[in-house]
Parts: sequence; C-alpha cells; structure tokens
Amino acid sequence: MTALNNKRYLRRKFVNGLTLSLSVGTVIFALTFLVWILWTLFSQGLSHLTLDVFTKMTPPPGSSGGLLNAIVGSLYMVFFATVIGTPVGILAGTYLSEYGKSGWLAPTTRFINDILLSAPSIVIGLFVYEVAVHSVSHFSGWAGSFALSLLVIPVVVRTTENMMSLVPSTLREAAAALGAPYWKVIVNIVYKSARTGILTGLLLAVARISGETAPLLFTALNNQFWSTDMSQPISSLAVVIFQFAMSPYEDWQHLAWAGALLITLFVLGLNILARTLFRQNQSHS
Amino acid sequence: MSTQTLQAKISAKNMNFYYGKFHALKDINIDIPASQVTAFIGPSGCGKSTLLRTFNRMYELYPKQRVEGEILLDGKDIHSAEQDLNLLRAKVGMVFQKPTPFPMSIYDNVAFGVKLYESLSKSDMNDRVEWALQKAAIWNEVKDKLHQSGSGLSGGQQQRLCIARGVAVKPNVLLLDEPCSALDPISTARIEDLIHELKKEYTIVIVTHNMQQAARVSDYTAYMYLGELMEFDQTNTIFTRPSRKETEDYITGKFG
Repeated sequence: MTALNNKRYLRRKFVNGLTLSLSVGTVIFALTFLVWILWTLFSQGLSHLTLDVFTKMTPPPGSSGGLLNAIVGSLYMVFFATVIGTPVGILAGTYLSEYGKSGWLAPTTRFINDILLSAPSIVIGLFVYEVAVHSVSHFSGWAGSFALSLLVIPVVVRTTENMMSLVPSTLREAAAALGAPYWKVIVNIVYKSARTGILTGLLLAVARISGETAPLLFTALNNQFWSTDMSQPISSLAVVIFQFAMSPYEDWQHLAWAGALLITLFVLGLNILARTLFRQNQSHS
Repeated sequence: MSTQTLQAKISAKNMNFYYGKFHALKDINIDIPASQVTAFIGPSGCGKSTLLRTFNRMYELYPKQRVEGEILLDGKDIHSAEQDLNLLRAKVGMVFQKPTPFPMSIYDNVAFGVKLYESLSKSDMNDRVEWALQKAAIWNEVKDKLHQSGSGLSGGQQQRLCIARGVAVKPNVLLLDEPCSALDPISTARIEDLIHELKKEYTIVIVTHNMQQAARVSDYTAYMYLGELMEFDQTNTIFTRPSRKETEDYITGKFG
C-alpha cells in the first residue's frame, strides 16, 4: 500500500468511527430520557396502582378513591372516536390510493390531511369547542369523542393509503383480468393484502388519542361522578391526571401517577399488539 | 397478412396506443387466429405487452393510457358501449410475468374468479377447482394442501396456479405476458407443455423475450419493433424465411 492510499484509508476509517460514535451517542441520549420517564412513572405510580383505582370514583381532596369514572369515561370516548374515525379514515384512504390517480381532489385531500396530521391537538379542541360546545352551551362526551375522532382520521387516512399503495398493482390487474369489478378487487384483494397494515395504523391512532388532554379540556371537560351519559360532561384519565397532578393534595397526586402509568401501559400494550400483528403478516407473506 | 384462411379471434384495425403523449403502438393491423398459439416477439420496449394489454382493456386501469382505432373480438368491437368491461375480461383471461397469487388459500385463488359469474354448489365448485388445477398440471402437487395459502408455493407452482385461476373461469382467449420469465427451466418446460395442451380449447397469445420459446410453442409469430408490427406469419416462415430484413436480423441475433 502506498503512503497516499494508506492516508486515505485511515481518514475513511476515522470518519467511519466518528459517525458511528455520534449515532450511538444520540441513541443513548434518546433512550436515557425514555428510560428515565418510564422509571419515574413506575416508581411513582406502581405503588398507588391498587384495586381501589379500578373500583372507586375520583375522590374529593383528602379522602380515598380511585379512577373508575375516569377510566370508563376515557374508554367510552376513545371507543366512539374510533368508531367515528375509522370508516371515514379508511374510506378516504381508499379513495386516495385507488381512485385519486388523476385530478385535483386527491392531491388536495392528501395535502390537507397532512396538515391535519400535524395540527396541534389544542387547535382541534378549540375548533370543536366552538362548533359543538359553545353553540349548544354545554360540554359533552360526544364533543370529546368528536375532537378525538378528528385526531384519528388523518392517521388512519395516511396509513390506509400507504398500506394499500404497497399492494402491488399486478395483484389488482390479476383480479381485474378475471373480470372482477373494481370494488371487488379492492374489497377482496387489496383490503385483504393490506389488512394487518391498516389495523396496525388504527391501533397506533387509538394509542395516540388515549393520552390526549388538550382537546378534552375544551370539550368533555370533566366529571367527578360516575357518568356514562355521552351528552353530559364526562371524566377522562388524561384530564384527571392534569387536574390531580397540578393540585396541592398528595392523594390526588398519587392518583395522577397511577393514571399516568395506566395510560402508558395501555399504549405500550397497543404498540406491542400492533407490532405482533405486523410481524405475523410479514412472515406470513 | 397470411392468416386469412383461419378464422380471426381477435383483430386490431388501424390501432394506435398512447401512454399520455407517448405514441407506443403505431397503426397496428393484426388478425389473431382462433385456436392457435400466437407469439409476440421483439426487443424490450417494442410494445408487445402493450398490444397484449389492449385485448382485455387492461390499460384502462390507468388514466393516462388510451387506444385509438378498433379491436374486435369475434367480430365485435370491444370498445362498444354494449360490451361490458368485466365480462370482456372474464372471456379474455390473462397471466402475468410475475406470479400473482391472491392472499388466500389455493382453493380460493381458483374459486375467486368462478364465483364472480357463476353460483355453483359446493361439490360443483370442488369439481371445477380440481378440473382447473388438473388443466394447469399442478393438481398432484397441491391436492393435499388446497386450504393452505397460495403464497407458500414455489414460483413455478404459483405461476401454474395463476394459469389454473385463469382457466377456471373458462375464457375463450388466454393472454400470457412473459409467463416464464421469472421461472427456472424445468418450470418453463412444464408451462410450455401446458400451452400445447391448452391450445386445443383456447386461443392463446403469448408475449416472450425468448425466441426459442416462441419457436417451440407458437403456430404464428408477430415480430414487433418500436411500436410497429413488422411482420406476422406462421412461426415456421418467420423463423426460416422471414420476408423482411429486420425480422431476419432480430431472429438471427444480429440485432436486439
């Protein structure tokens, strides 16, 4: 090896080492905070995650209680938000992937959807407040669900479109070549191929809204009593955490930590489920 | 050209094809004879597949592709308002370059197309699926795993499954778009045997890059170049005494 070549080789080796250490450094930086967050959550929350949390209502300051009404309120609103958002999102995603090949409608929809995807959730909350709370003069669970569904829709639209676009066009052609009308091609072939991907997107959307606080502050407000009436203000974990964590009362703060841990475990569970589903599909095909 | 004696199954008359502004097929006139195997040969990008895809209007899936001129199937214009697009495709089956098994069981892959136009009883459907898989010479390999996923088969088996799927709907015409280009020589030989077998009942049009294959399987051969149909004749004639210099150069490997 000549001296020149050797020098260049050493330089490449140095650059390689430098880049690698920078990458590893940033990974460690990010992971440190993640582990720190989880550690704090578990150490503060785990001891307060008792059976009472799941069986008792949110208490007034100074007395014992749980988070039952908040858990149920959250489940209700997340459920209805998903029920509203899923069909809209999947159908819009289907349009973008399958029919929006020409014209202005699809690119415009895609652009607006991207804006919606990154819109601050407080803006969504304020919008729903104006439309569905201020106009009828009272907060309600429906308004909360509506706000959350607006957060579900763009995520589902995006993942549905992406997952359907991944289905090779030769598969569509093969089905069309047998004389299948296009809607059957979509329902029987494209959806079937993209099913787990779409489902994964949906689970991630649910994970995203289950911790949202800002849109619920303006819409569902809160309710310290048991209520499943969606036309009335309803409690939710996120808002209770916000209220209790900020309070000067120690037992409220403990409940807030327990609630935060609960949401984290729920989201973690959804993510694991989504990953398992996706992996099964990958190895299957 | 020289096929007047045989009945034409598909005819193109002064047909032009455009991908957006690109003029891909220029003034094509061809009569594909019924119950024969016709091969399209020519260098890459010459329009063989494009021509094939006009016969079942497959190009209409894409908004910027269009045809001018006439294409007749059994003497009837396939672009006329009375011709239902899906019925046309049910009559003119197609097998693609890469195997395209649907994400479902082997049985359902074959039954999918049948269910679109016929409501058969369970036992009739079983018979039809077996019949189609027999035709495609794959029955013995899959008869014990009909309810397993079609994507678990080897490439050659998948391609024969796709042929079975195409045959199952009982089309009149089978369009094969380079059906062997992704397959090993043994699978290729099996599919060529199959083409011999199938031509008794179907009109077959095959696009191929492989001239030996065209010579082996086809009765008629069309040589295409740069979107034009240069020469169309009996395969024997094309390969032994082509009337055009361009064809001869391509066949003998001086060009392409």
